Amino acid sequence: MKKILLVIKREYRTRVKKRSFIIMTILGPILMASVFILPVFLTQMSDGSAKTIVVLDETGVFYGKFKNSDNMQFQYTVTDLESAKENLRQNDDYALLYIPKTEVTVPTSANLYSDRQPSINVKSYLKNVMKKEVELLKLAASGIDEEVLRSIKTKISINTIKIDESGSEEKTFTEVSMGLGIFAGILIYMFIFIFGAQVMRGVIEEKTSRIVEIIVSSIKPFQLMMGKIIGIAMVGLTQFLLWIVLTFAIVTGFQLAFTNQLPKDEMQKMIPANSQLTIEAGEEEIAEQDNDMARIFEAINSINYEVMILSFLFFFLAGYLLYAALFAAIGSAVDSEADTQQFMMPVTIPLIISIVIAQFVIQNPDGPVAFWFSIIPLTSPVVMMARIPLGVPYFDLYLSMGLLIIGFIATTWLAAKIYRTGILMYGKKVNYKEIWKWLIYKR
Amino acid sequence: MDLFKASEITKIYANHTALEKVSISVQDQSIFGLLGPNGAGKTTLIRIINQIIAPDEGQLLFNGEPMRQKHISQIGYLPEERGLYKKMKVGEQALYLAQLKGLSKPEAMKRLKEWFGKFEIMAWWNRKVEELSKGMQQKVQFIVTIVHEPRLLIFDEPFSGFDPINVNLLKDEILRIRDNGATVIFSTHNMESVEELCDHIALIDNSRKILDGRVKDVKKAYKSNTFEVAFNGFYGSLKSILKPGYELLGEFHEKDEDLKRARIKILKDGEANNLIKQLLPHISIHSFTEILPTMNEIFITKVKEQKTK
Repeated sequence: MKKILLVIKREYRTRVKKRSFIIMTILGPILMASVFILPVFLTQMSDGSAKTIVVLDETGVFYGKFKNSDNMQFQYTVTDLESAKENLRQNDDYALLYIPKTEVTVPTSANLYSDRQPSINVKSYLKNVMKKEVELLKLAASGIDEEVLRSIKTKISINTIKIDESGSEEKTFTEVSMGLGIFAGILIYMFIFIFGAQVMRGVIEEKTSRIVEIIVSSIKPFQLMMGKIIGIAMVGLTQFLLWIVLTFAIVTGFQLAFTNQLPKDEMQKMIPANSQLTIEAGEEEIAEQDNDMARIFEAINSINYEVMILSFLFFFLAGYLLYAALFAAIGSAVDSEADTQQFMMPVTIPLIISIVIAQFVIQNPDGPVAFWFSIIPLTSPVVMMARIPLGVPYFDLYLSMGLLIIGFIATTWLAAKIYRTGILMYGKKVNYKEIWKWLIYKR
Repeated sequence: MDLFKASEITKIYANHTALEKVSISVQDQSIFGLLGPNGAGKTTLIRIINQIIAPDEGQLLFNGEPMRQKHISQIGYLPEERGLYKKMKVGEQALYLAQLKGLSKPEAMKRLKEWFGKFEIMAWWNRKVEELSKGMQQKVQFIVTIVHEPRLLIFDEPFSGFDPINVNLLKDEILRIRDNGATVIFSTHNMESVEELCDHIALIDNSRKILDGRVKDVKKAYKSNTFEVAFNGFYGSLKSILKPGYELLGEFHEKDEDLKRARIKILKDGEANNLIKQLLPHISIHSFTEILPTMNEIFITKVKEQKTK
């Protein structure tokens, strides 16, 4: 036992001191934080330069209807199309919106001229405004009062409420849970791949550097293998914790630094406000977003973090242990990383299947597919993790956990048999038949 | 007294027999040579002694007790396929390996410093292994093999990769360790070093032991009753004066020497004294030596013999 600790310590120390580990630990949170920060940053950036859009409206319906904003400035002009186009070229305006005169009814199309690809935002804003105006025109034409229409318009939101056996009710948020589930599943998938491959490379390193026979004359091969697997698991957990802490630190630091600089109304937008249905174009969307934000916040608060974190840690570790042993066995059977290809297949395929199934399972978390794949140990770490935020019967959860434990004991046992023979085989091309023989050898 | 004893060891892999009823006993404080051609089963036997693999049949005794995992801390093993972690620092690595053998950290540190000083590699303590020359790495490996002062040392081809100066350093060290009370098992192809160092040998070929015993006894058993005589005062061939029952194997006259040399084999049970008596009236003898077979010759003869069987 003391010797396993020595192995764990060595694996941990040499890896944590590596330059690649330090770089990844710093780079990871910067990348993750930028996902949160960049959008805010970008909206601020684009605030700086307003785009000038010239409106040539032959119908006269839309005069003054396009509102100037921080991003867009509108100029109305009355010339012919050709000279307007000429002006666009000369004046460095962003775009020219040309709404041709229509003979019969109301205008339903327009042309947007620009010397570059107009952004989606601009396009959709223009479309929305025009649509609204045309609708108003049509309403007026059919004699419906705008007020009447507004009172008819209704926004339906369905709240899903789960009733458990004791009868207590709990509001559920399917979309958020789905997102969380798939996110957790992908994390486990990545963790298994990245650190499983590290185990494999570590074993190959020991084999090719020929130190392995020196070590197994001091400790049992099984101790060496387990020491390596556990040591690398701890490296993974360390990196993971550092990522969470650092990401959190960067995001909060950034928020603190920029809160003061953010304009008031921008802040308003970020805080979930009461939804006021305003008919005015643009603002309506913002109101809707606010509403969504409020729901997301509520959803985030509704998650059962204890179950989530505990089960995440369990599936994270048990899934890794299950696969790491297999990766160790592969590493022991080959002489160089180039030879691993043929043995990687049976290990990677269940992992890839599990990530594919997970995407299906979040949409249908109670079907037989979801059940079976979250029970089978090779796929359960990812698939079960995707199911948990959506609510899993305790029976399924415990069954899955129990089988995963049995599964990882079984793979470790099998892997150890391959490992102890493999590490002492040099310069031999190994195939599946050979590995089968190792499995049935006595020690 | 035997420190180590293996009796009737058999190890069978799926499609071939690695060892078949091999028995060896290694006397306390001796150097035991384990000889044999490539693929004979030496490495398998050594791995069995180190408890890396288990025999299918047979018994191992260490110091009179059936061998168990706890005994490996009393063994030091330098494998033929050996190396170190390339990216790790030399000192750190030596410490790790010494601790794996059961030494406490301070004790390991103290002893390693002594040894590093003795082998003049202290300056390399904080360097990475990949920066070391091969000979230097071998020194580090030798140190970690013996640093826990094991009772039984097993060296598999210890001299490969060493220059002659370091080979001598190592030989002296091995002899000194033996004199301090350790027992050495020594597997090699290098027959010169066997004659120089070993007290006992066992020859393994094709998974079976075909010869063992004290080096002196083995040599005696394989001697061919051949003598070399250095002489002068006689011109022409000695053939003319030898009676039947003796065979002249060859005569040499080296350019710069006044002496002639001749090798004579005594057939049947003749005595060396009789040979001298015969020669004495004719020549003046400067030296008369029995020619013993070298271990190399015995090795080759025995292995060839096995092949023809």
